[in-house]
Amino acid sequence: MLFQPAIIALMLASGLAALLVLASVPFAWTVVRRWNLADGSEAQLRMERRTYLVATLLKIVMAAELAALVLFVFNADRMATLFTGAMCAVGTLKVDPWGFPTLYLKLAVFFLAGCWLVLDHVDNRGWDYPLIRVKYAALILLAPVLVGSAVVQGAYFMGLRADVITSCCSTLFSGGGVTVTSNSVASLPHGLALSLLAGSLAAVLASGAVVLRWRRCGWLHALLSVAAFVIGMSAIISTISVYVYEMPHHHCPFCILKREYGHIGYALYVPLFVGTVCGLGAGIAGWAGRRPSLSTMAPLVARSLAAWSVGGYALFGLVALWLIERSHLILFEVVP
Amino acid sequence: MPVWLNRQRALLDFALSSLGRRLGKTLGLAVVYTLIVAVLASVMLFSHAIRREAAQVLAGTPELLVQRLVAGRHDMIPAERLDAIRAVRGVKSAEGRLWGYLFDPAAAANYTLMVPADRVVEAGSAVVGSGVADVRGVAVGDLMSFRAHDGNLVQFRIKDVIDNDSALVSADLFLVSETDFRRLFGVPADRFTDIVVAVRNPREVRTVAEKIDAALPDTRIILRDEILRTYESVFDWREGILLVLLVGAILAFAIFAWDKASGLSAEEKREIGILKAVGWETSDVIRLKAMEGTVVSLGAFLAGYLLAYLHVFHWGAALFAPVLKGWAVMYPEFQLTPFVDELQVATLFFFTVFPYTLATVVPIWRAATVDPDQVMR
Repeated sequence: MLFQPAIIALMLASGLAALLVLASVPFAWTVVRRWNLADGSEAQLRMERRTYLVATLLKIVMAAELAALVLFVFNADRMATLFTGAMCAVGTLKVDPWGFPTLYLKLAVFFLAGCWLVLDHVDNRGWDYPLIRVKYAALILLAPVLVGSAVVQGAYFMGLRADVITSCCSTLFSGGGVTVTSNSVASLPHGLALSLLAGSLAAVLASGAVVLRWRRCGWLHALLSVAAFVIGMSAIISTISVYVYEMPHHHCPFCILKREYGHIGYALYVPLFVGTVCGLGAGIAGWAGRRPSLSTMAPLVARSLAAWSVGGYALFGLVALWLIERSHLILFEVVP
Repeated sequence: MPVWLNRQRALLDFALSSLGRRLGKTLGLAVVYTLIVAVLASVMLFSHAIRREAAQVLAGTPELLVQRLVAGRHDMIPAERLDAIRAVRGVKSAEGRLWGYLFDPAAAANYTLMVPADRVVEAGSAVVGSGVADVRGVAVGDLMSFRAHDGNLVQFRIKDVIDNDSALVSADLFLVSETDFRRLFGVPADRFTDIVVAVRNPREVRTVAEKIDAALPDTRIILRDEILRTYESVFDWREGILLVLLVGAILAFAIFAWDKASGLSAEEKREIGILKAVGWETSDVIRLKAMEGTVVSLGAFLAGYLLAYLHVFHWGAALFAPVLKGWAVMYPEFQLTPFVDELQVATLFFFTVFPYTLATVVPIWRAATVDPDQVMR
C-alpha cells in the first residue's frame, strides 16, 4: 500500500462510514418491524429517541461520502505522477483491477446517499414520520453498497504499487506499462452525441418546469434526470472533451479536471451531478407527497429540488455550449 | 432562502453566546483542537514544500543519465561510449561527467567532488560550498589538502565560496579541475563517472533511452522523471508514516472531545431543558449543538493551519525536520518556499473535523433528548 495522506484519509472516512452504517442496521431492522407511533411503550419511546441519533450520524456519514468522491478523483489525478505511463486519473485507476470498480461504487454511493438524505429530509417534514419504515428499509439496502465500496476501495489501495521506487537499482523499463484507452462510448458519433444531449436536456428541463409550475410528474423528472446523466457523461467522453483538448482522438473524461485545462471539468461535472441528484430527489419528494401528512410539505420540497435540478442542467448545458463555442476545433462544417 | 438564512443566523448567534457563557471549557477544547490541526498540518505543509523544492532542483537537470555497470556495480564509463550515444537520433548532446565523494577525516564529513561543466576551475584551486567552508572554517585564499589515491598530498587554494542561496544543492560541493580530479582518484584520462544526455524532444526521452539501452547493454539508464517519482514516493511515505503515528493523537483527541461534550454541567442541562420547555424540538437542539461544534471546528482549523504555516515557513519546522528531511553532517540550511495545496487542505479536513464531528454526535444526542421536567425539577 502507498502511505499517501489522502489515501489514509479516504480509508479512514470510508472505514468509519461503513462501520457506523453497519452498526445502525440492527436498529433499522427493529424500526422496520416494530415501529408504531400509536404505541406509548418505553421501547417505542426509546426507539423514537434513537432515530435522532441514527439520523444525525447518517447525515454526517452521507455528507462525508459525497465529499470523499471528489477527494478520490482529485487524488487519483494527483497520484498519476507516481506510476509509469499514467498521465491522469485513468492511469492511476488502471494500475490495479479494483480501481474502476471503486470509482463506480463511489458513484453509486454518491447517488444513493443523496437520495437517502432527501428521504430523510422529507420524512422530518411530516408530524407522524410517514416514511420512517421506507427510510430504514432503504438504509438496510444501502449498507451493503457502502460496506462494499469501503472494502473494494481498501483492496484497490492495498494493491497499489509504485514499482518505480527501485528504479535506481533496476534498468529503466518496469514493464507492464499502463495503457490509456478509451472505451466504446468514445466512438459515439459526434453529431448523434450532441443531438441526444440537446434532446435529453430539453426534455429534463421541460419536465422540471412541469414540476415547478404544476407540482406534479416528479417521477418523470427523476427518470429523465437519470437519462440525462447517462447521455451527458457519454457526450462529455465522446465529444465535449474532444472540443476541450482540441484533438479529435483524445476522449479522456479525467484530463479535463487537470490544471492544464483550468480545472474546467469541475464546471461540467458539478452541475451535472447536482442536477441529477436533485432530479432524483424531486422524484422521491413528489412520490412522498401522496402520504396525507406530507401532502402540503413534500410538493414544496420537490419544487425546490426541481429548481436546483433545472439550474444544474441549465448550467451544464451552458458550460458545454461555451466550451464548444470557444474551441478552435471544427467537427462540423456547414457547406454553403 | 432568506427564511433559511435568517434561521441559521439566529442559531449561530445563539451558539456563539452559549459558547461565550462557558468560555473556559470552550477555550480548553479549542486549544487542544488547534494544536492537533497544527501538528498534522505542519507535517503536510513541510513534506509538500520539500517535494516541490526537489522538483524544482531536478527541473534543471538533464533528461537522461547513463552509467556503466560491472557485475551489478557502478563503474567508470569509457569515453568512446560518448560517440555511440551521440550517434542515436534525437540526442542533442552527451557529456561525460566527473564526480565522486571524498571523506575528509578532519571534518568527519563527506564532500561531493565535482568537475563543473559550466565554469572553469584552474588546476590547484577549488570552489567550495558554504557547508564545506563552515565545517572546515576556511575562506577564500586558504589552503586545503587531501591525500590522493597513491598517498601523495594534493593541495587546493580556495578561490571562491558558493553563496547560500543554492545551499540545498551546493552545501557539500567541492569543485576542482579535471586534472586535479584525475590525479586525486587515479581516474584514467579516457574514463568518466557517468554521461548526461540531453534529448531534443521531451516526448522522445523514452525512445532514446531504449535505443541507448540497446546500443550499450552494459549500462543502466536513469530518467529524470524516475528520480522525481522516487523523491515523490519517499516523501509521501515519510509523511504517511508520521500521519499514521499521529492517528493515536487523533484518537486521543476524539476521546477528549467526546468527554468534553458529554460532561454537561447542571447549568447546561437546565438550559437545554428550558429550551425544550419553551418549544424547541430535539432536532433544533441537535442543530444548535452542531452549530457550536462547527464554530469551534472552523476556528480551530483556521488557527491550527495558520500556526502550522508559521511553524514550517518561518520557524524552520523545528519539530519534524529531522524525521522528514533526513540528516547529514553538513545538512544545508534552507528556507522553504511557502505553498498551500488544495488537496492537502481537504485531506487535513478529513483527518481532523470528521473524527471530531463523529465523536461529539452521541454526547450531543444524549444532551438533546433529555426530558425537560427531569432537569428543571
